[in-house]
Amino acid sequence: MEKRVVFDNRWLPYLLLAPQLLVTFVFFFWPAGQAIYQSAFIPDPFGLKTQFVGLGNFEYLFGNRYYRESFLTTAVFSVLVTVSAMSFALWLAVLADRVIKGSSAYRTLLIWPYAVAPAIAGVLWLFMFNPFTGIIAWMLAQLGYTWNHTLDGGQAMALVVAASAWKQISYNFLFFLAGLQAIPKSVIEAAAIDGASFWRRFRTIVFPLLSPTTFFLLVVNIIYAFFDTFGVIHTITKGGPEQSTTILVYKVFSDGFVGQDLGSSAAQSVILLGLVGILTVVQFRYIERRVHY
Amino acid sequence: MAEIKLEAIRKSYGRTEVIHGIDAEISDGEFIVIVGPSGCGKSTLLRMVAGLETITSGDIHIGDRVVNKLEPRERDIAMVFQNYALYPHMSVFDNMAYGLKIANVPKAEIQARVAEAARMLELEPYLDRKPRQLSGGQRQRVAMGRAIVRKPAVFLFDEPLSNLDAKLRVQMRLEIKALQRKLGVTALYVTHDQVEAMTLADRMIVMNGGVAEQIGAPLDVYANPATLFVAGFIGSPPMNVLSHDIRPGRGALDPGAVIGVRPEHIDLVAPGAGLIDFDVAFCEPLGAETLVHGVTAAGDKLVVRIDGEVKLPADGTRIGLSIDPARILTFDASGRRTET
Repeated sequence: MEKRVVFDNRWLPYLLLAPQLLVTFVFFFWPAGQAIYQSAFIPDPFGLKTQFVGLGNFEYLFGNRYYRESFLTTAVFSVLVTVSAMSFALWLAVLADRVIKGSSAYRTLLIWPYAVAPAIAGVLWLFMFNPFTGIIAWMLAQLGYTWNHTLDGGQAMALVVAASAWKQISYNFLFFLAGLQAIPKSVIEAAAIDGASFWRRFRTIVFPLLSPTTFFLLVVNIIYAFFDTFGVIHTITKGGPEQSTTILVYKVFSDGFVGQDLGSSAAQSVILLGLVGILTVVQFRYIERRVHY
Repeated sequence: MAEIKLEAIRKSYGRTEVIHGIDAEISDGEFIVIVGPSGCGKSTLLRMVAGLETITSGDIHIGDRVVNKLEPRERDIAMVFQNYALYPHMSVFDNMAYGLKIANVPKAEIQARVAEAARMLELEPYLDRKPRQLSGGQRQRVAMGRAIVRKPAVFLFDEPLSNLDAKLRVQMRLEIKALQRKLGVTALYVTHDQVEAMTLADRMIVMNGGVAEQIGAPLDVYANPATLFVAGFIGSPPMNVLSHDIRPGRGALDPGAVIGVRPEHIDLVAPGAGLIDFDVAFCEPLGAETLVHGVTAAGDKLVVRIDGEVKLPADGTRIGLSIDPARILTFDASGRRTET
């Protein structure tokens, strides 16, 4: 039987919902509405007045080579971040799950990077890889490899991916470890007795049973790569060199607040919002079907 | 099919030894039940045979091999777990076929073997279902099916019936026994339930505190318990223990020694007419039998099992107890059986 609460006072339910609705309205619907509204205007060069252009901003964006390239950059970046953050975290979680002595110490240490703010994480990696003073850049130089991410777009991409993934590994690790520990030990033992090797057990028992966790993390990580990595990119590369690390969210910022083209920036926000919405729907419709709850 | 030989098996976790040297020889096709209270090391012993726990010292032989260092999958065993340990994301068919697929058994033979097991266990209508769509008894059967399709040399059961309700437990107990008889596979079965142990075992190993207190056929163990622990653990209600020797013409017992007598070996007679008198505290009528609880003048508590149709003695009445002195067992201060 469904349990229903009946309120005597007809205003009380609305009052109880009000704080959540207010937060959602102020921080989501209102700015989203503003973005949609502003995306139909372009400001003059001095920001004194705006002119209605309809869908002009969108038209301009899709005709713009840099914007189209930013899509590709975002795709490469988010796939790399998600795949590396998740697979590395899963690997660590599997190892930590097997540790018997001092497992809580390992766990605590592995969780630490999550407490580091994105901008600080960016600066940490920037120091290590600084082409002139960074210790890792120096080590690479000793090995005969020239590191200069301020000139090489590929290296810049590798660096922001590494920094972004590194920060997210802790979070993924935590969920993967909990997921692994929720798998009954006897199921694994039964598979061992059934003759499955470690790798086979992982592939046919552990990984399928972990799929709800994996799916959840996939959604979270893609959204992380799309939005929360802004701080990392801003501190390390500022989108460069030659826009090679300018992902969509960074372009929203640089066109809007550096380039002062608020109309285009707003149009990009609208596109980004739609894109992430579609991605999430696709994940739930097509990938979730393969999840065993 | 295989014999199992345990030689001086010991298990320690760090400095704590939990199994203190167990020896047993199990012949081919025998049904052995390891029984004991929780924490006695019976599951640990079984898991050592399975290869899920390392062996600190001693040797385990299965067939003609020493299996100490072998992986579980190399030991030619199958195990049924207490919580069944079915693979939740696989159908009943896939659960049973998993081990065969890994062993690269041809598809047609997998089909045939699973079908045969399903028929034997009446699981045919459920082959496409997931474990969560099955009842407890059906899951239990799938776990059994998974064990039998592989045709192992040894079955290991780790309290397989303790998650079932009482009625189903009795039914599954009979099925397990029948199945093992039919397949003729050596079985090691762990339980804390002495009724399961009595009914299933060809021989049982009664364990306590990491030691095998007695190994023997159920009725032998019942009639001739080697220790006071076995006397108390096997049999329900347990053997009566008295701190005073009540047999005529005997002196006092050695310090700490006790005598024991089974509740069914006592008859109620008129006060003064038996070996000893006791005051009835209360009766538990169970239908076929009645348990009469009381206290002797010396303060020992006693239970007497009488026929269920005999008129119940009223609470508080004094009654005589007639006991055949030959039925009385003696135990020394360490709990070991002594010859009268």
